[in-house]
Amino acid sequence: MIRETNNGIPTDSEVILGILNNSESVLKRLYIAYFPMIFQLIINNNGNEDDAKDIYQEAIIVLYNKVKTGDFELSSKLKTYIYSVCRRLWLKRLSQMNRYGGDIRDFEEYLPVDDETEKNNERDIQFNKMGNALSLLGEPCKTIIEDFYINNRSMKEICDDFGYTNADNAKTQKYKCLQRLKKLFFQQK
Amino acid sequence: MSDNQLLAEIDRYLNGEMTKDERARFEILRNENADINSKVAEHKHFTGLIKQYGERLELERRLDAIHSEIDVHTLKEELMIHPSWIIQMWRNHHSKISVAASIAIFAVLCTLFFTGYLSNREVNYVKLKGEVDQIKQSTKELKTRVNGLNPQRKGGDGQGKFRGTGFALSSNGFVVTDYHVINGADSVYVQGTDGKSYRTKVIYTEPQTDIAVLEINDPSFKTLGAIPYSFRKAETDIGENVFTIGYPRDAMVLGPGFLTASTGYQGDSTAYQVSIPVDFGNSGGPLLDSKGNIIGIINAKQTHMEGAAFAVKSGYLLKAIQDIPDSLKGNLNLNYKNVLAGMNRVQQIKKLQNYVFMVKVYNQ
Repeated sequence: MIRETNNGIPTDSEVILGILNNSESVLKRLYIAYFPMIFQLIINNNGNEDDAKDIYQEAIIVLYNKVKTGDFELSSKLKTYIYSVCRRLWLKRLSQMNRYGGDIRDFEEYLPVDDETEKNNERDIQFNKMGNALSLLGEPCKTIIEDFYINNRSMKEICDDFGYTNADNAKTQKYKCLQRLKKLFFQQK
Repeated sequence: MSDNQLLAEIDRYLNGEMTKDERARFEILRNENADINSKVAEHKHFTGLIKQYGERLELERRLDAIHSEIDVHTLKEELMIHPSWIIQMWRNHHSKISVAASIAIFAVLCTLFFTGYLSNREVNYVKLKGEVDQIKQSTKELKTRVNGLNPQRKGGDGQGKFRGTGFALSSNGFVVTDYHVINGADSVYVQGTDGKSYRTKVIYTEPQTDIAVLEINDPSFKTLGAIPYSFRKAETDIGENVFTIGYPRDAMVLGPGFLTASTGYQGDSTAYQVSIPVDFGNSGGPLLDSKGNIIGIINAKQTHMEGAAFAVKSGYLLKAIQDIPDSLKGNLNLNYKNVLAGMNRVQQIKKLQNYVFMVKVYNQ
């Protein structure tokens, strides 16, 4: 069921090194290698294409973060790990949607992976809050914050973009924005 | 130091933009002031979260880019486990199928309603009644059949009403029938074609030749009139064109045929074998030749054999009549004058029918 890609399936250690080195090609090969397996799982268990995409990407992100933080130990085949995470995530999603009939059609072996998905879930909640807070923040605050804290641009560049005559004005503006963002972030339940 | 300035310092500290001296001074400040220290930690955490959020968005964007290169549709065709065509058809067309079924049911109900099938109960009722009548009739027929010809069944059940045939011996009310017809009877009635029924008394029986002589003793009985047929003493030859009339059912029935053997069942010399369609109820009927002479009395038929009926020879009837004691015989005078000879069958039967009776038997 695994489709051959141009570069073939990356080996498990290749994937880990690739993620650590931010290799775009390894990520792509990884993604393409295992997507059909997960797609098959989801569409044959009451899901559609979009569900499959969501679940698979969530699993890839779990793997990615785990590798990045350095606490990923390869105790099984990467394929089995991905399948297990996706299976776990999909079961959870199904029961949330009340579509879980108590039975799931399996295509691969799987492992218990509750911890991984729980941790990821907490982080997702934080990110959701951040996303909401940023969208509520409005312009130009949103762009200033994103440019400075996410894109690592210097205050001088930001000053030029926004046409602030004085870098101090820009700084003042930035901290006002940051305070509002914090407020919006912590207000959310 | 204002909040903004402090935050600016923290940013610089965290971004590693401070000089060595500044950094050392800031660290001392941080260690001395717990408030500033917690602010640093909080700011670090929050800006870290913003950064991670940004990274996550970036990663998702990259994954989406990769995903867009996958031909999901083709993959779906490959990987979908297809359910059987009937389930698939139901899934794809269930709304249409439901509508079609509803319309069909509605149409059937409308048709039934407008054709009066749903409201007109009388039709069904009449039909049912007819069936009951049919069953009644068939039960009655069955009873008659069972008891008419078969001597063994005769005495069986107590309350039955049985039927046979008999014919007149003389104008003053002597009637002959089969012994097995009246065997075990409490009362015997004879009924003519005119529907009049007369009570009779059994005056003589001869079980070995299956003959019984009855006398009408009903007060309403007057006379039968001159008997049109005579009784043949001699035996009749094989091949003679013969017929009988009797009451296998409520109406008189003609049974035409031929004399086919000069002995009866299992070589019984007292009887003829005749090829005549007879049924239960024919017992006791007259067997006549083409000239209108009585040559026998129908009494049995062979089962599982087509057209094999038996009739007691008339010679034994005459002998039985002679054997009747004088005290009972009264004025039984047999007729020897045959007016039927030379008539055709239709005329013969017209003359005959008033002298052939349905014998009705009641017992308890």
